[in-house]
Amino acid sequence: MNETLTKELKLPEEKHPMENILRMDRIPHIWCSTCGIGIAVTSFAIALEKAKIPLDQVCVVSGIGCSGRVAGYVKLDSFHSTHGRAIPFATGLKLGNPKLKTIVFSGDGDLFGIGGNHFIHSARRNMDMLVLCINNFIYAMTGGQCAATTPLTANTSTSPYGNYEYPFNLPHLADSCGAVYVARWTALHVRRLANSITEALNKRGFSFIEIICPCSTIYARRNRLGSGLDIMKFYHDNSVIKHGANTKDLDIGYQSKIIVGKFVDRERPTFLDCLNDWNRKKFGDKFREYGGPDD
Amino acid sequence: MKFWRKPLDSDEIEVTIGEIHIIKDRCKGCAFCVEYCPKDVLELSDEFNVKGYHPPYVKNPDQCLFCKLCETICPEFAIWVTEKPKEEKKVES
Repeated sequence: MNETLTKELKLPEEKHPMENILRMDRIPHIWCSTCGIGIAVTSFAIALEKAKIPLDQVCVVSGIGCSGRVAGYVKLDSFHSTHGRAIPFATGLKLGNPKLKTIVFSGDGDLFGIGGNHFIHSARRNMDMLVLCINNFIYAMTGGQCAATTPLTANTSTSPYGNYEYPFNLPHLADSCGAVYVARWTALHVRRLANSITEALNKRGFSFIEIICPCSTIYARRNRLGSGLDIMKFYHDNSVIKHGANTKDLDIGYQSKIIVGKFVDRERPTFLDCLNDWNRKKFGDKFREYGGPDD
Repeated sequence: MKFWRKPLDSDEIEVTIGEIHIIKDRCKGCAFCVEYCPKDVLELSDEFNVKGYHPPYVKNPDQCLFCKLCETICPEFAIWVTEKPKEEKKVES
């Protein structure tokens, strides 16, 4: 029995091109069949390649949840932080070494449930980081509780008769708090998502990209929406690309149209710019500009 | 794919041909690659892999145009495409 198993489980001889950026000793990953997080990771890897950022200057920080696993799977400097504290950790990382490109890869429950306060303040200060939010409308890893993004009337394990709480409109939240780049894509728009991440990687300031992902095991099963492939077909039929749409109109209802696209792209001084400018004004020549640990 | 007219520069453009590689035991049978391949190159097979899913197989290898959509949309990093060198293409045509 064991011999046949080891024979069957022997590693493939050919190498997937993504293996340069993945910790292959941890693959296959734990994400369910038809989960969209793997697609988001692939798009992120393509974007990293396109943006031509040296890989030793990239760090990935993630919180807790299904998407929190990303930090363990990518072969970059990465940290799997505590629940909701991915953005504070990334803030510290960025201020400790401003040359780093920090990317927060986390879920909707982590970023907007427990970590909502950190998100709004980081966007307000315009910390130079990229936040990729995997939105599957539910707390998937902990058993399908009602999340801050669960649409009205959706069934979850803590709202078995339907959800009656109004959900967050994530792009509007990010826009009103001051993010410089706000976009939303679904897991089906792989190429547009990769292009969008490339743009956001090259942008200074707080960039936010919401990635709507199918969750077939919890969300689709509880709401009887079919398999992950059925949800992808739903995205195909019901997503509308509207670049520059007003972020107030981007609410997602239960099985409603999903407006995707790039909504905000503007320039604002980042936290470090403001810090340096203000202190130079206050202290004149006595102030030495803060640019990193080499100073 | 049908065109309503023949593209004017169709003689000048060299069509790339791809070769699909699948790691069957890593596949979880989500069928995204099968559904979204623009040329219907892939199809789910009847065989089971180690995990008990049906991995895809290459049904029409000549149809692949190296668009890499299956590689991008695969959530399991189990499928990828390489470009076939030009000499092989001449032999095939």
